[in-house]
Amino acid sequence: MTDPGGHVGHHGPLLTEPAPRAPSAPVQRVVEVVGRRPVGAYVELTFDAPEVAARAVPGQFVAFAVGGRESAMLLRRSIAIAGTGEGRLTVVVAPHGPGSTWLAGQQPGATVDVVGPLGRPFPLPEPGTPALLVGGGYGAAALVGLAAALRERGSDVAAVTGAASADRLCSVDELTALADVTVLTDDGSAGRRGWVTDAVAELVGEVGVVYACGPMGMLRAVAELATAAGVPSYVAVEESMACGIGVCMTCVLPVVGADGRTRFSRSCTEGPVFGGDRVRFADVGTLTADVVGAAAMGVLPA
Amino acid sequence: MTVVQARHSGHKGEPDVDMGTALAFAPIPSPVLTASGCSAFGQELEPFVDLGALGAVVTKSVQLQPRSGRPTPRMAETPSGMLNSIGLQGPGIDGLLADELPWLARRGARAFVSIAGTRVEHFAELAGRLRGVPGVLGLEVNISCPNVESRGEVFACDPVAAADVVAAVREAADPAQPVFAKLSPDVTDIVSIARSVTAAGADGLSMINTLLGLVIDPDTMRPVLGGVTGGLSGPAIRPVALRCVWQVHQALPEVPVLGMGGIRSGLDALQFVLAGASAVSVGTAVFHDPSAPARVHAELAEALAARGFGTLSDAVGYAHR
Repeated sequence: MTDPGGHVGHHGPLLTEPAPRAPSAPVQRVVEVVGRRPVGAYVELTFDAPEVAARAVPGQFVAFAVGGRESAMLLRRSIAIAGTGEGRLTVVVAPHGPGSTWLAGQQPGATVDVVGPLGRPFPLPEPGTPALLVGGGYGAAALVGLAAALRERGSDVAAVTGAASADRLCSVDELTALADVTVLTDDGSAGRRGWVTDAVAELVGEVGVVYACGPMGMLRAVAELATAAGVPSYVAVEESMACGIGVCMTCVLPVVGADGRTRFSRSCTEGPVFGGDRVRFADVGTLTADVVGAAAMGVLPA
Repeated sequence: MTVVQARHSGHKGEPDVDMGTALAFAPIPSPVLTASGCSAFGQELEPFVDLGALGAVVTKSVQLQPRSGRPTPRMAETPSGMLNSIGLQGPGIDGLLADELPWLARRGARAFVSIAGTRVEHFAELAGRLRGVPGVLGLEVNISCPNVESRGEVFACDPVAAADVVAAVREAADPAQPVFAKLSPDVTDIVSIARSVTAAGADGLSMINTLLGLVIDPDTMRPVLGGVTGGLSGPAIRPVALRCVWQVHQALPEVPVLGMGGIRSGLDALQFVLAGASAVSVGTAVFHDPSAPARVHAELAEALAARGFGTLSDAVGYAHR
């Protein structure tokens, strides 16, 4: 599975290491909404959550209980952290089902049960390494803290954000304060008309590392462009999670580990940040014979 | 966890109820346990609950070999519940013995190890491997997981097959470790299964496992889960679980019962105790509230005190009297 010079992935030598664990354990707190701001198709919520904010590092997420104490919606809603200044926790909520719609409707003064920070953060490169950040839709929110951390360490930061339309862009102003931002929309309603991959292909040769957050199709395309250019990439995935803390085993993806073997890895505790060349995007939703433990499921090599 | 843990660890406000109980002949300080498959191997709950204060950590079911589990999607939210199709992903018995059980033992947490297999000999071998392992309080024999190759045709649906597994496990297992059989509600007469496995040597019964269910996505017009069917859990199944505990305790009042199925609060746990359970597992509620096991313990103690019970054991089966 491995060669003496390094680990071999599905398509050649790997450029990334697995993301390390976060520095702090999560906490569970009931926190108050102190800010609510509609942003296009989304709602930005800010909470007074000093203990969560103090522990968080870029790339991590939080998991909200939704629907109140007697809620019939049992599963937590996991959302990337968009900001943590001054004891406050900011997230961008995309209302699409009953749970996220409930959360997006919370007004200042309301309280919500939150667990976090959760998941592994973005690994940071050698100081000064030029970086490219790629955000799809509300996924761009997860990159704001990262852009600030990279700038502090002397990196030049370029960012590409894209969405179907202008109202589904996110965090453009925040990123513009920290990075050289290129905006694209599918319909041309903001920025260039096109996909983020159009701009990534132009910029990837000028950077030493790529980070991305957004839909799986976009992450796959960005990771493939980076890997083809010989640039390490780290992606923050959005898999549906029931618990967010690592106990339910629902959010798994086939990911190549440090030992070169592929496992069904939990997006919550072993991600959400994975090396872009370690996620076997083409095999998501299937069980291939080389996944550790596939034989016990009756899936054997051909 | 400030409030919950303070109450759980002997704060001055804690009601004066003796919460000590037992899993058959194995005493435990709390009647509240985790549930198999809902708290992995306990490590992830450490930030939220004092694992050593729980009755036990019931592990995710372990098999002889590592298992990848099923492809995604593995989960669908349903009204007051969820459907899962994990397929017993896990490290296998070697990984459990090397990593997870020593980790729990170092923290003073009791492990109630759930074992699973596709043949009687698999179960017996697992029980043998767990003999004398430090920190292992007992075994829960998972003869009722719906997410296995045979789908609904699990051991627990056939009184003879269920008894064969339990007899083999009881013979192979450490005599100091109680053996509980985990039963499926998806049977016509759960009492007949309960009689069969206790006659075969089960020291107690865990009730219930998930119910087999299905969700279809109206947009794709196909089943949501990669495994097509899945196990239904959560408060939606609580009345079914409680009925099973009630029926079995009525028929077999001397058989210890570990009750589970949709327990979310101390009052939910109280219902299971009143129906005949001497301990309870908190399962899917942990996904909603990772501190739920500690909270349920505190709420159950308060509920017992408020009803004039000085000990938990006085309340076990009270609803039948």
